[in-house]
Amino acid sequence: MKFNTLIKTALFTAGLLLSQATLADRALLNVSYDPTRELYQEFNKEFIKDWKAKTGETVTIQQSHGGAGKQARAVIDGLEADVLTLAITYDIDNISRRARLLPENWQSRLPNKSIPYTSTMVFLVRKGNPKGIKDWDDLVKEGVAVITPNPKTSGGARYNYLAAWAFAEKKYGSKDAAKDFVRKLYKNVPVLDSGARGATTTFLQREIGDVLLTWENEAYLALKELGDGKVDIIVPPTSILAETPVAIVDKVVDKHGTRDLAEAYLNFLYSPTGQKLAAKHFYRPSEPKYADAADIARFPKIERFKVDDVFGGWDNVQKVHFDDEGIFDQIYAP
Amino acid sequence: MNAVTQSQHTVKLTAIPQALEDPTWVRRGLIFITVGFIFLFLCLPLSVVIIEAFSKGVSAYWDALAQPEAQAAIGLTLLTALATVPLNTVFGITAAWCITRFEFLGKSLLTTLIDLPFSVSPVISGLIFVLLFGAQGWFGSWFAEHDIKIIFAVPGIILATLFITFPFVARELIPLMQEMGSEEEEAALSLGASGWKTFFLITLPNIKWGLLYGVLLCNARAMGEFGAVSVVSGHIRGLTNTLPLHVEVSYNEYDFVGAFASASILAGLAIVTLILKSVLEWKQQRERGY
Repeated sequence: MKFNTLIKTALFTAGLLLSQATLADRALLNVSYDPTRELYQEFNKEFIKDWKAKTGETVTIQQSHGGAGKQARAVIDGLEADVLTLAITYDIDNISRRARLLPENWQSRLPNKSIPYTSTMVFLVRKGNPKGIKDWDDLVKEGVAVITPNPKTSGGARYNYLAAWAFAEKKYGSKDAAKDFVRKLYKNVPVLDSGARGATTTFLQREIGDVLLTWENEAYLALKELGDGKVDIIVPPTSILAETPVAIVDKVVDKHGTRDLAEAYLNFLYSPTGQKLAAKHFYRPSEPKYADAADIARFPKIERFKVDDVFGGWDNVQKVHFDDEGIFDQIYAP
Repeated sequence: MNAVTQSQHTVKLTAIPQALEDPTWVRRGLIFITVGFIFLFLCLPLSVVIIEAFSKGVSAYWDALAQPEAQAAIGLTLLTALATVPLNTVFGITAAWCITRFEFLGKSLLTTLIDLPFSVSPVISGLIFVLLFGAQGWFGSWFAEHDIKIIFAVPGIILATLFITFPFVARELIPLMQEMGSEEEEAALSLGASGWKTFFLITLPNIKWGLLYGVLLCNARAMGEFGAVSVVSGHIRGLTNTLPLHVEVSYNEYDFVGAFASASILAGLAIVTLILKSVLEWKQQRERGY
């Protein structure tokens, strides 16, 4: 019967694909957030070369990208990440607490609180800045459409929200004023994407909005990739220090037998090559001395608020602002 | 004789003017709107896909498709279809057989339940599998203990696709088999044919075009499903990205040629499906004699 042949072909193909998977080299899965795609594309190539030269072993690095909160949720639900390179420490804390995949003191295991590079949030506006957007209080003006992703699913979106809050609290002197300020700001947001890259696409390809609040590196990348002559970067005088942490997922690496590989991978981020690549892709390296001076010179001076100083840490931020019924839920009505 | 043809002729003439009564501008307007709509919402987007895919030349197009990640996505999409379509074909025939040939309690409930995947949002279809088989889900710890990966791996993608596509064959066959009735089968059985023989010699030839039609639709959806698969995939490039997911990933990475090249494969699949669908419809209608 034709039908039997079909089933046989299906089983054969399935078997073939499965056997290919089991015969493959050792692999690491790096679960990351949205804008790091280009950085890790290049970094992985360098690491694979370096590891091969040191040990003779050929390895593969698999990547998964998405909104940071969404990615953390997937790891909690069983996505077997060997290493995490996420946008905010709270997401890794969450994985540690809810799924117990790594110890709670994970941040003390690597240099600089496990943060190999940092970033900040800046504005991307249409060419020539027709709406004259220079600082955070320009975003709440009437008729300014602001694009920023959903803080419930995106790490970058949380930094945007917190940067706006910190600006308003400092300028207007009270938490109530800050709450009012972010309420006005989110009134100007026509659409909340789930991740930073989706927001960039909304702004650039779908041409919605007057200003995109986004990662510094994402803004430069957008400019490089297709914004030439279409958009400008505006750096506000103050913004937030985005501390983007990395960690090994102990339970997964022990199960996969990849601990040595995962440790080497993350340490390579702190190496001169790793730091240089971070700067090249517009992340601010923790050891600027290893980066090209020309790359470092591209970073404008900007006062960056620390989440720990202004908000008393991420646990507090989550509880007060982003949990259900938190301030974000109170101020945002779609 | 002559008078008869003449009278038929006049009947025809008096029948037609009803449609002709609409003023020319109305008819032209309606035709224009229909054609314009089809052009705007079907032809234009399709040509954008093709134009964008070849925007950097034919070689860039083939290079984009030759990338290991694109190849893996095509492979996974084919594997998913190969795993789900046969299973759902068997299921569809079984379900249609049960519903049209037996009487039992809860039959109408069963008929309704078969349609469930059509009325549930694909995102929910994906989430139910995360809630069942995810690490924090009902059966998650059991599967983890036995080192079986379901969610964020190929089995999860196949399961979600199975769920999404299971109504297609059954829904195509149920009305067909109802209309067909069971007289021919009863005759075969009473003449001493076995159940299987009756199925292969009587039922199958009667339902073959409808069956193929259902299989075709099932396959198109299995290859094209995005929502449910996106939830259970984990988006590991080169490993758990199907073709529709690969399109999204490439697009998000500013790789427009890659995105539209992959999209063109899906568009091609849609066109082939459409042509086969028309052929099958035509065959089916001719066989049923109208």
